[in-house]
Amino acid sequence: MPSPSGVSAPVSVKQRQPQPDGATGIPAVLMIPAVLAVGFLVLPLTALLIRAPWSSLGSLLSTPEVRDALRLSVVSASLATLISLIVGVPLAWVLARSQIRGRGVLRALVTVPLVLPPVVGGVALLLALGRRGVLGAPLYDATGVSFPFTTTAVVLAETFVAMPFLIISVEGALRAADRRYEDAAATLGASRATTFRRVTLPLVAPGVAAGAVLCWARALGEFGATITFAGNFPGTTRTMTLQVYLALETDPDAAIALSLVLLAVSIFTLALLRDRWLMRT
Amino acid sequence: MSLSAQIVIQRGPLHVDVSFEVQQGEVLAILGPNGAGKSTLLRILAGLTRPQSGRIVLDGQLLDDPTAGVRVPPHRRPIGMVFQDHLLFPHLSTVDNVAFGLRARGQSREAARRVAAEWVARMNLSDHGSAKPRSLSGGQAQRIALARALAGKPRLLLLDEPLSALDARTKLDVRADLRHHLADYAGATVLVTHDPIDAMALADRLVVVERGRVVQVGTPVEVSRRPRTDYVARLVGLSLLSGTADGRSVVLDSGAAVQVAEARTGPVFVAIRPTAVGLYRSRPDGSPRNVWPATVAGVTPYGETLRVDLHGKVPLTADVSPEAAAELDLVLGAGVWASVKASEAAAYPA
Amino acid sequence: MSFYRSLAVSAAVGLVLAGCDGDEPAGTGAGSNEAAAGATAEERTLSGTLTVFAAASLTDVFTELGAQFEAENPDLTVTFNFAASSTLAAQITQAAPADVFASASATTMQTVVDAGLNAEEPAVFVQNTLQIAVPAGNPAGVTGLTDFTNADLTIALCAEEVPCGAAAIKVFEAAGLTPQPDTLEADVRAALTKVELGEVDAALVYKTDVLAAGDVVEGIEFPESAEAVNDYPITALTEAPNADAAAAWVEFVQSEDGLAALEAAGFQLPDA
Repeated sequence: MPSPSGVSAPVSVKQRQPQPDGATGIPAVLMIPAVLAVGFLVLPLTALLIRAPWSSLGSLLSTPEVRDALRLSVVSASLATLISLIVGVPLAWVLARSQIRGRGVLRALVTVPLVLPPVVGGVALLLALGRRGVLGAPLYDATGVSFPFTTTAVVLAETFVAMPFLIISVEGALRAADRRYEDAAATLGASRATTFRRVTLPLVAPGVAAGAVLCWARALGEFGATITFAGNFPGTTRTMTLQVYLALETDPDAAIALSLVLLAVSIFTLALLRDRWLMRT
Repeated sequence: MSLSAQIVIQRGPLHVDVSFEVQQGEVLAILGPNGAGKSTLLRILAGLTRPQSGRIVLDGQLLDDPTAGVRVPPHRRPIGMVFQDHLLFPHLSTVDNVAFGLRARGQSREAARRVAAEWVARMNLSDHGSAKPRSLSGGQAQRIALARALAGKPRLLLLDEPLSALDARTKLDVRADLRHHLADYAGATVLVTHDPIDAMALADRLVVVERGRVVQVGTPVEVSRRPRTDYVARLVGLSLLSGTADGRSVVLDSGAAVQVAEARTGPVFVAIRPTAVGLYRSRPDGSPRNVWPATVAGVTPYGETLRVDLHGKVPLTADVSPEAAAELDLVLGAGVWASVKASEAAAYPA
Repeated sequence: MSFYRSLAVSAAVGLVLAGCDGDEPAGTGAGSNEAAAGATAEERTLSGTLTVFAAASLTDVFTELGAQFEAENPDLTVTFNFAASSTLAAQITQAAPADVFASASATTMQTVVDAGLNAEEPAVFVQNTLQIAVPAGNPAGVTGLTDFTNADLTIALCAEEVPCGAAAIKVFEAAGLTPQPDTLEADVRAALTKVELGEVDAALVYKTDVLAAGDVVEGIEFPESAEAVNDYPITALTEAPNADAAAAWVEFVQSEDGLAALEAAGFQLPDA
């Protein structure tokens, strides 16, 4: 008998997985649709890369307009994510933990922006916060402040569309979290607020991070609500997605180049966050 | 008096209604089968669950009285609690876990960590002070959980099945540790367990709860010598018979008569140790006055002996050596004779 | 401007060609539309589906004309794809199954011509001019183009990348004014929505859009609008699945009835 350590391991593997697909351990019934899914998601991206005007990329992207749009996109998406965190996480807690009546209705309302066409969302925002909006009109009359056509409006539109992603993600994490840790904290003298801050939040941190990433990505790609509610003006409200849309009208090559920048920035940021934030916990 | 509790609550089909008191420095074990409502009692004492009615007073402070509308929330109660699976906060280090309660109760970070580090040292786990809970063994984690509960100097310590998640070897060590720390602890302790050994080893007094009711109260010695329900008898490894005594003879409900050690009158329990029961293939001659026919209803290994369950007019449990069992041919349904010396049959008022 | 003129000329040629290409009764008996339709039905029955790709600004009037065309050709179903002209042009060059393309811009039509997909020389059938759109009641008291230079007013223009924005640049150049817009909308509909909701004090949109918006929007004419006349070319397509119906539709749109309906919607007829 040869050295047992050298031989027995492969033998036992073979015994356990005699099928030909045993090499990957993925059954064909899952493998085939999974490959289809990857292909479907990656193909358009690949097409974008193949058709990209690589030689003129530099000149297309070095314009101050593009830099402004990119900066605006990143800043407004980050602000929208921050606002979503500040008000969305508490709302997720209410949805997951409180016993208030009509919680189901509340949850349905929160998810409305997910199914609403973003352009309609933008109109809804105008009707609410516009110069003649339900809330916007009294505000405008009292202070002369009006949201549309300002960077604030971009952030508001993105928050409206993206916050549900955060809320749903955090609510799921809260539901999955072991509530007995909160009991333990209470027996140690921690008030509900302290418990939330020092126990619940750290426990659901991966869920919050995932939600924030989704929220940020959605905000970065936001188009319909932004152009409807905030308008489109270079430096103030024209984000990268609006820039891409307009470029499509006249110069599809430039549109592809701009999309690539947006893509690169989001992939870079998500990868960075994932390493720094998600993997640590 | 330190803790006085009267608790009534409906848990699904189970109606819990129990009262007990715990003195300063005393360890009270609430012992009962799973589903008896023990953990609910502990959660109510901690303030994590609201009782339906009743009254809980700790050192003169009213903690719960639903009819008077009084309910002190858990974080305002001077308590410490240890849970079955330790529930150490996974994102905090060992020392920060222990410091958590001190911080929550208003101490500065430095002071809390200093005290916490002392507690970790007292548990002989200083090497693991900055470790995260998931790198601790089960026994280490439960020691830290105890330190976390005690660090805040609670006036009431609640232990919810603190040893039941541990393996047998670790359980022995942690039980010994726990015993040592409980001896130093000045406040009242309520321990909930379904393990009679934990209860006997740790508690000054036992409250046995079955189906939401207190069925027996007493010191470990009292309860283990004189069980009053089948559940307790089984826990402490005794056969429990009930009947009516007239002098040294007890007539069981089945009609059989048992000769006992002491003279009694009226309804009594009779407790018999499995090792005191002798088994024979045919009716033995001579001294034992208690001899009954029985059939073998079950044979299970029990330590180095075999535990034999016997059916008949006098249901008993007998411990026999494997050799004797082979000789007696103790198969299921086999007929045997069982004998018990009258001096081994303890009778006490029901 | 020579480009537009040449287009207009070719449109006229196209009309003549269409007349010759079609049957005699259609050319001679143009006095009565019923007669023409009847004659068409006798000689060449149109059936199947006709797919028309048309600029979004034609939505209302083409839908109306489509119903009329179906009534005259009972075996024919007319379906429309209304979208931004540039989107439609992109779809057509990517081989979308369209019979007719009606564009709101000569330049987008040119991309289809460049791809060799036009079955005939595109004909300019109508033109559209800009108007100042203000919310009903004109709360900011806008009177003309000069108000667009007032930074205190909230102003919407179309982005220069889309036809109405390019037209706006022309009129401001002609007027020698520098506008102070707050937003450059991606399409004329979006600009109009902002007027409808009162979010802006004024916008430059097409006259047809002002008319379509009804009472909530008021239109103000201004002389410089003549500097930016927007041509609407139409053509049947080479890859048309229903070539007969395509030719008949192009003809029908430019018939007396068709042009009357277009004029009623605010379009003006080409001056060629």
